[in-house]
Amino acid sequence: MTDVDSLAQGIQHQQKRAIARGLSWIERDQQLGKDLVRTLFPLAGHAHVIGITGAPGVGKSTLVNRLALALRSQGQRIGILAVDPSSPFSGGAILGDRIRMQDSVMDEGVFMRSLATRGHLGGLSRATFGAVTLLDAAGFDSVLIETVGAGQSEVEVMQLAHSTVVVQAPGLGDDIQAIKAGILEIGQIFVVNKADHEGADHTVRAIRGMLTLGLEHLDWFPPILKTVAERDEGTDAVIRALQDHRAYLQESGQWARMRADQTTHIIELAVRDWAEEALRAARSDANWDKWHEDVLTGRRDAAHVATEVVRRRLAWD
Amino acid sequence: MIRVLVAKPGLDGHDRGAKVIARALRDGGMEVVYTGLHQTPEQIVDAALQEDVDVLALSILSGAHPTLVPRIMELVKQNHMDDMLVLLGGIIPDDDVEPMLQTGVARVFGPGTDTKDIVDYIREHVRDHD
Ligand code: B12
Ligand SMILES: Nc1nc2c(ncn2[C@@H]2O[C@H](COP(=O)(O)OP(=O)(O)OP(=O)(O)O)[C@@H](O)[C@H]2O)c(=O)[nH]1
Ligand SMILES: [Mg+2]
Repeated sequence: MTDVDSLAQGIQHQQKRAIARGLSWIERDQQLGKDLVRTLFPLAGHAHVIGITGAPGVGKSTLVNRLALALRSQGQRIGILAVDPSSPFSGGAILGDRIRMQDSVMDEGVFMRSLATRGHLGGLSRATFGAVTLLDAAGFDSVLIETVGAGQSEVEVMQLAHSTVVVQAPGLGDDIQAIKAGILEIGQIFVVNKADHEGADHTVRAIRGMLTLGLEHLDWFPPILKTVAERDEGTDAVIRALQDHRAYLQESGQWARMRADQTTHIIELAVRDWAEEALRAARSDANWDKWHEDVLTGRRDAAHVATEVVRRRLAWD
Repeated sequence: MIRVLVAKPGLDGHDRGAKVIARALRDGGMEVVYTGLHQTPEQIVDAALQEDVDVLALSILSGAHPTLVPRIMELVKQNHMDDMLVLLGGIIPDDDVEPMLQTGVARVFGPGTDTKDIVDYIREHVRDHD
């Protein structure tokens, strides 16, 4: 049995160590990790993938902790991925989301992993797709992804999550720049957390005002819910909204369509990997200098050389 | 990429050192999971397992290291995490250093340690990836 197969087996048997190692392989973005994701992909497709996004400090981690516990009490097994930014200067990162998740992560039915963005823009890390696939294949019923504080470009979570929860808090400059900047379009559920603070109703009205400006035509109208995550208030309503949204996706056929899109995505990834590998092989081929010369002098055009590179790679496979 | 868990076991509320270490390691290019205060040995080892860290950095100033550290190292062994580098820092009296090393801790760092030395030590002693 190959390394990949035995690890995949451990993951299916829900061994913590295998899951943790698999996630590390995927994060390192090496061949083993890629092979692992491809092996696990057919086993995935069952988990409800939930994105939790919003500005820094609004209470995303605290809410994730509450949601995980509530879903656990329904008998679900929960995977959590929490993404924090890497320092652009040192490449290092401080991953602090676990601090607010202490209650849930000690539960045997919860697995939590912190990921750093490692230079990837968009609110997630490059490894997130693979990491979600792994947790899904490991049989977690829900996978919760906490993104880095949402800004303008951090809409990637929408492509990966079935349901995206946008978290706001009162008093964060109530014209709510972040919402205007585009995360409005990505939320299927809006949460105004820290509703114990003054101005929560105002924030709810501001979000509703903006939502009604363009989404009336949709058949899913995002609910706007108030929570006090710190005191576990409002958690149940968020859970119900998530369940409603899941049912909506399944009935409307969108659930199946997202799985189809992911299948396209993983094929695209595999093609790209293969092409990169072919290019690497070509560069160290004894003919590389000759091909260079051919293109430079016009004896052959670059596309002609590319065809030969691919042909050689095929023969080699 | 080197991944580190900085943990504060027990009831010790002195978290300055742990935060200084976390920041220094981040600035040294490492990914640092910080779990906050008041962690049990079980919580710490479980977090290290899930996060698959290369280094476990324990900071203890309360004097409780003679009970906490052996328990943590026992759990580390139970979970077959022997390739993880375990470091200890804080207020550890000289006489206690040797017994701590006996439990499997790789090295003890006391007050006034230059954080650069810690970064260098980790780089030199951490497990290799492939
Ligand atoms: C500041 C301080 C406090 C602050 C803490 C603030 C905070 N949030 O951290 C406050 C005032 C709250 C406090 C309270 C108490 N304190 Co006090 N405190 C100190 C003091 C003066 C400095 C500690 C400090 O922050 N140093 C600065 C940091 C950066 O240094 P550091 O933690 O040592 O870390 C360095 C190295 O040790 C190393 N390091 C540390 N951890 C790690 C981990 C790893 C993996 C590595 C590689 C390296 C490493 O690297 C760091 C950088 O060089 C020390 C005395 C001293 N000189 O150490 C007493 C001291 C630690 N406190 C002590 C005591 C007794 C208390 C109290 C019990 C007092 C009381 N009776 O109420 C309470 C307990 C609080 C609690 N809940 O735990 C005693 C502990 C005695 C013991 N262990 O036997 C000390 C030693 C004072 C003394 N001489 O009696 N304290
Ligand atoms: N008053 C109040 N404080 C809360 C509530 N929920 C969370 N907090 C506090 O808000 C702070 C930030 O909470 P986190 O859960 O870490 O927020 P976050 O959005 O995950 O933060 P980042 O990951 O840093 O972006 C913490 O001090 C929480 O205790 C709430 O409902 N009310
Ligand atoms: Mg957080």
